[in-house]
Amino acid sequence: MTRGFPRGRTAVVGAATFGVGKSPGFEAIDLAAHASLLALAEAGLRPADVDGLFIAQPQDTLAGLTFSEYLGIRPTITDNNRSGGSAFLLHLEHAALALDAGLCEVALIAYGSNQATASGQLVQTSRPSSYEAPYRPMRPISSYALAAARHMHQYGTTKRQLAEVAVAARRWAQLNPEAVARDELTLDMVVNARMVSDPLGTRDCCLVTDGAAAIVMTRADRAPDHARVPVYLLGAAAAVTHADIAAMPDLTVTGAVQSGARAFAQAGVKPADIDVVQVYDAFTINTLLFLEDLGFCAKGEGGAFVEGGRIAPGGALPVNTSGGGLSYCHPGMFGLFTIVESVRQLRGAAGLRQVPGARLALAHGNGGVLSSQATAILGTSAAL
Amino acid sequence: MEPAALHPDADHRRYLTEGRFMLQRSRSDGAFVFPPRVAQPGSGATDLEWTPASGLGTVHSTTVVRCKPPAVDYNVALIDLDEGPRLMSRIDGVAPADVRIGMRVRARVTIENDAPLLVFEQLA
Repeated sequence: MTRGFPRGRTAVVGAATFGVGKSPGFEAIDLAAHASLLALAEAGLRPADVDGLFIAQPQDTLAGLTFSEYLGIRPTITDNNRSGGSAFLLHLEHAALALDAGLCEVALIAYGSNQATASGQLVQTSRPSSYEAPYRPMRPISSYALAAARHMHQYGTTKRQLAEVAVAARRWAQLNPEAVARDELTLDMVVNARMVSDPLGTRDCCLVTDGAAAIVMTRADRAPDHARVPVYLLGAAAAVTHADIAAMPDLTVTGAVQSGARAFAQAGVKPADIDVVQVYDAFTINTLLFLEDLGFCAKGEGGAFVEGGRIAPGGALPVNTSGGGLSYCHPGMFGLFTIVESVRQLRGAAGLRQVPGARLALAHGNGGVLSSQATAILGTSAAL
Repeated sequence: MEPAALHPDADHRRYLTEGRFMLQRSRSDGAFVFPPRVAQPGSGATDLEWTPASGLGTVHSTTVVRCKPPAVDYNVALIDLDEGPRLMSRIDGVAPADVRIGMRVRARVTIENDAPLLVFEQLA
């Protein structure tokens, strides 16, 4: 029996997206099914081959059952974990444990949302706390705004530094043909955009789109049978610090400190080893907080760190190369897309936005209002 | 008097209806608990009793929620109570954008939408 995380003993052998942007006529589950079929086809597998199902749908709290029926899956392991947008990183962690334990052979992680065509708004998957609702915070942006205001107060972070995050994401999106927002965006446009919940304006916020993603995992020993370039999972860990923003222990420090440190330790690597980073950027402040908490820069230095296009194409650290939730897509929960983009980069299949020679990628998911944090480190066979 | 951990939300609402802002406090270690619950987080201690709050606090963070006219912008703030807990509320009597981190504030129970509501005002 082994102890600890099964480093490198499971791999992603299929990864796909479907319906990113607007997908009229589809239900959320149709989109998740299309993405799943594409990911399975990459691996030469069919739905009936899946015996580990990991799924969180926006408004179907029993999606593990619904999706099993829909695709004709009889899973031995069903994980319908809901931790917000980070859920899919937890699915990744749990799928690796189940695969390594021999409890399942083929794990499918899936997500799909038609929120943009269905309502045009971010889908709310939880009810507001009765101790917050009477004060009418905009959900979820006001909670992130309170964290951003505090970061600015303590560390002198500026609106313009936050804008650097949005502009970097846009410049990556301009290299991604699948990205939804690709038109010109400047620092001035972000800084001067209409305020929504101070200090965050419209351009500090993620998109509202449709879209679906899916990945397929097997144990590493059979991965070469299913993928030309298997992408190995080297570490995955998660943390929960609170639910409501008022209970966040420190508004400028997230649980990514814990999830990141554990994932790095499992993988046996450090931040300086990572070639490409994907973090859940629901708002511009997220990217700063996660870069700090994951150890890419010191606490409070995130604003200065991203200045001068450092995380943009051509910069020292490629971050959110898909364009992220800010400019690629944001179908309600973005977590799974951070994994898919990591896989695409490690396969060398990221087209114009490819980070040359990428062998180690970090994917980071966020759930609730900075409440749940989950970090995964993936690598090519060269990183094993 | 019944223990404060039996019906935490209902008791809190009843106190607010009476115009009183009360906090739960653990008898064993003296720490204050908010929002109300059946046990102290971490220790699980159920020796919680209702204690009058001082009502004094400090703005920990603040935002202005921007609205399309005719609706008007409003403030949402996090307040660090002098007793320790942090809660969400708003600062009345000050323009929403003039609320500052570090501002000293005092609690007041008002009525809004036919329900009692805890809000704060700047300390003179």
